[in-house]
Amino acid sequence: MQTGAARFDFPGFKLLTFLCLFILYAPLLVVTIYSFNDSRSITTWGGFSLRWYVDVFTGPDSAKFKSAAVNSFSIALIAATVATAIATSAALAMVRGGRFRLRTATFGVISLPILVPEIVTAVAMLIFFNAIGFTRGYMSILIAHIAFCIPFAYLPISARMQGIEGVYEQAAMDLYADRVQAFRRVLLPMMMPGIISGFLLAFIISLDDFIITNFVKGAGIETLPTAIFGSVKQGLRPNIMAISTMLLAFSTVIVTLSWLVSRIDRTK
Amino acid sequence: MAGGAASGGNATSDAYAPARGWLLLPAWLVLGIVVLAPIGLMLIYSFLTKEFRGGVIWEFSLEAYDQFFFDRGLFGDESPTIQWAYIQIFWRSIWQATLATLLCLLIGFPTAYFIATRPANQRTIWVFLITIPYWVNLLIRTVSMRFILRDQGPLNDLLQWVGVISEPLTIINTNLGVQIGLFYSYLPFMVLPLYAAIERYNFSLSEAAADLYAPRHKILTRIVLPAVKPGVIAGCILVFVPSLGSFLAPDLLGGARNFMIGSLIDEQFRGSAGNWPFGAAASMILLTLVLLVLMVLARQQARLEKGAS
Amino acid sequence: MTDQRPIAIDIRKVIKRFGDFTALKEVSLGIRDNEFFTLLGPSGCGKTTLLRMIAGFEDVTAGAIYLYDQEIARLPPNKRPINTVFQNYALFPTMSVLENVGFGLEMQGKSRAEASRRAGEMLELVQLTQFAHRKPSQLSGGQQQRVALARALAPQPRVLLLDEPLSALDMKLRKSMQIELKHIQRETGITFIFVTHDQEEALTMSDRIAVMSAGEVQQLGTAREIYEHPRNMFVADFIGDTNLLEVAVDRIEAGRATCHLGGGHELTCDAVDGVGIGARVHLSVRPERLFLSAEPEEAESLRARVVENIFIGTDITTILDLDEGPRFQVRASNSDRGNRRVFEPGQSAFVNMERGSARLLVD
Repeated sequence: MQTGAARFDFPGFKLLTFLCLFILYAPLLVVTIYSFNDSRSITTWGGFSLRWYVDVFTGPDSAKFKSAAVNSFSIALIAATVATAIATSAALAMVRGGRFRLRTATFGVISLPILVPEIVTAVAMLIFFNAIGFTRGYMSILIAHIAFCIPFAYLPISARMQGIEGVYEQAAMDLYADRVQAFRRVLLPMMMPGIISGFLLAFIISLDDFIITNFVKGAGIETLPTAIFGSVKQGLRPNIMAISTMLLAFSTVIVTLSWLVSRIDRTK
Repeated sequence: MAGGAASGGNATSDAYAPARGWLLLPAWLVLGIVVLAPIGLMLIYSFLTKEFRGGVIWEFSLEAYDQFFFDRGLFGDESPTIQWAYIQIFWRSIWQATLATLLCLLIGFPTAYFIATRPANQRTIWVFLITIPYWVNLLIRTVSMRFILRDQGPLNDLLQWVGVISEPLTIINTNLGVQIGLFYSYLPFMVLPLYAAIERYNFSLSEAAADLYAPRHKILTRIVLPAVKPGVIAGCILVFVPSLGSFLAPDLLGGARNFMIGSLIDEQFRGSAGNWPFGAAASMILLTLVLLVLMVLARQQARLEKGAS
Repeated sequence: MTDQRPIAIDIRKVIKRFGDFTALKEVSLGIRDNEFFTLLGPSGCGKTTLLRMIAGFEDVTAGAIYLYDQEIARLPPNKRPINTVFQNYALFPTMSVLENVGFGLEMQGKSRAEASRRAGEMLELVQLTQFAHRKPSQLSGGQQQRVALARALAPQPRVLLLDEPLSALDMKLRKSMQIELKHIQRETGITFIFVTHDQEEALTMSDRIAVMSAGEVQQLGTAREIYEHPRNMFVADFIGDTNLLEVAVDRIEAGRATCHLGGGHELTCDAVDGVGIGARVHLSVRPERLFLSAEPEEAESLRARVVENIFIGTDITTILDLDEGPRFQVRASNSDRGNRRVFEPGQSAFVNMERGSARLLVD
């Protein structure tokens, strides 16, 4: 409803917006282009080729990347699912649970992984797993990911729930639904867009995480980000650009999905 | 627990009050055990004695903090002098994070403002375009930046081809490289909350100001900016906090000489130094710093909200 | 005659407190079977709270609510055979119109097929059959309103509650819905309890009205009783337009009270219990019960000067100042007969009162 808002536009702002988008996209585009470079050197252009994509799947590092990808995706899937369930339950209590004494404290705890610098969380978790003698590996990564994914799932879910008036559940109960039926048949379907975007956000956050994973993973297990980081440390090779481009494409698909979900929501 | 049945089954906003405890239990358990308690444990570790191959000896010690702030130690034989090396790393981190925040604001505000003043159907597309990089793996984005900024990279090629420079610029492994990396990493974090605030801003206020003879730049500084200040604060938090503790940009774009806090801490746990109490102490100092910044800004935010209502 | 009907909803000494705030101060009301009953009052008067307690969305702090002879105040809403039409309809956005209407039946344990068959019949009743498979958001406000009505009626409740259901509709639609609602109430024979702040709407539809203010029932009666014989100042002021005059009672003889108002003017009206000699109270007289004349038409004609005429289409309202007395408004219908009684500003005129139209108010 911002009628006439464009009249308060500043001409330079348009230019800065394009500059902003250019800054954001140029590196990604360059890497995408160079991932199709036939040359073994990353500096010179040797023509279009898919050889580095083939290399990712069949080259000397393929086994490493394959297991890293399996770890990354399985952890992201489980962590996002569990975190979404925990976040939905917490959102019900926070948004539909009335006022209570520990509400602010609870919100603080839920937001901790967002408020605390990631490196600090990483250190704390490393110390924790070390202190209780928990062998670092797949499980320690998974537990850490579940924990820090909770706020990212929580925020869209609770935002969505706040937008749903209590009157719908009242109407359901007025029409003889019990509490469980009112939740399942009325509240849950209305919350679905929030739950889906919460899940997708958590999924991406888990898939992207480097710092915490790097601290809690222990030796001998890699996720995609730690594997890529390890390779980059030894020098930027074209196969890394191919993997990066694939991950980039995957993220773009997920954002688009999430965006489409929110569009469906708007036409409700 | 039995209150729900007895109270006539209210389905208002406290519909789930009876089950509150059970609903919150999983979140409290997971976050309490895996995040909150470990931070407490980290505080304890910062007061323990270091073990040389990593880990700690359970003996109380102030050595970690001593080492952080003082040369040769506060409890040594000679009179202590302040040790600047680590404070400098912190100072550089704060400085870099502040610069990155300002730079993001400088580019982010016009962008957010421009998007918010588009017609509604175009706005979603613009926001979508900003959102994509926000969701793309930070590591990949930082690696891309490193690729572009290399001495023989596309940026130098372009500048040399245009003729602006004759020799390639060295950006990687400089403070400038880190700065560009931080700015690039967190730019979307600035644009999105700013956009959310400006989009909610009621432009008839601008019309009223224009009607009362205000020129456009005055409308911006006197009317729009104060109204969207909560968004500005939110954006600054979202850029400053992760910048301060960032690890990837300094590590991949700064190299060994342009240390920031993140790299310092990282080194204590995974590098050769292996001083866990010192790493824990540095983490605690960083956490305290961040919480201080958050508290100040949150208080300001609360005051703004109070003033608005 | 109407008094023979049994009481459908009996509200007995119900009190509702929210913390320190008392929303309802011991309200007792009996709503009869098959009655169109309206709770009327300004916002914050407690009418919606009372309705929500009947529905089961609020607990009672004290007192009892009976549905026929069953105490229901402590039953959850899904255990009460009472349905609600919500203010903004609260149609489930994720369900089709048909699923919305069938929801209550399904929750009552009917099979899906049975529920959707009955829902279809209800949609026929409200003439929305062709929209059965649309989503509520694809309907107009008036159509959504009908769906909400069909949904609440489908489970055949014993009592239907309507929480300002017409307030979101435009004037024209509201008028036609008022008539349709009244019609549906007659046809189904279900007791309707209607909440509104719109006095005209209440007068149009209701068999009986409870006027509420500050958590109390101020007056209970038929539309005519409440309009013609307001019990107190609040009711007189809230329902319709009126002239509220401060008077002092001089004497009471044979059921008639003689009072005087500012400027020494005198008038008589029916005496009321609770207003004795010497009392300083208010007197209410409706503007359409007054008429103007050039010469005094009776002993009590009051001399006044015309300030202004306001044309409002159906009527003309004349504002006058009594000589050294209060300001009056007088309404004449915009007809040949009424227009003969209109005077120009600045002219003197006499204000005459139809007998029995002035009413003393117990404050």
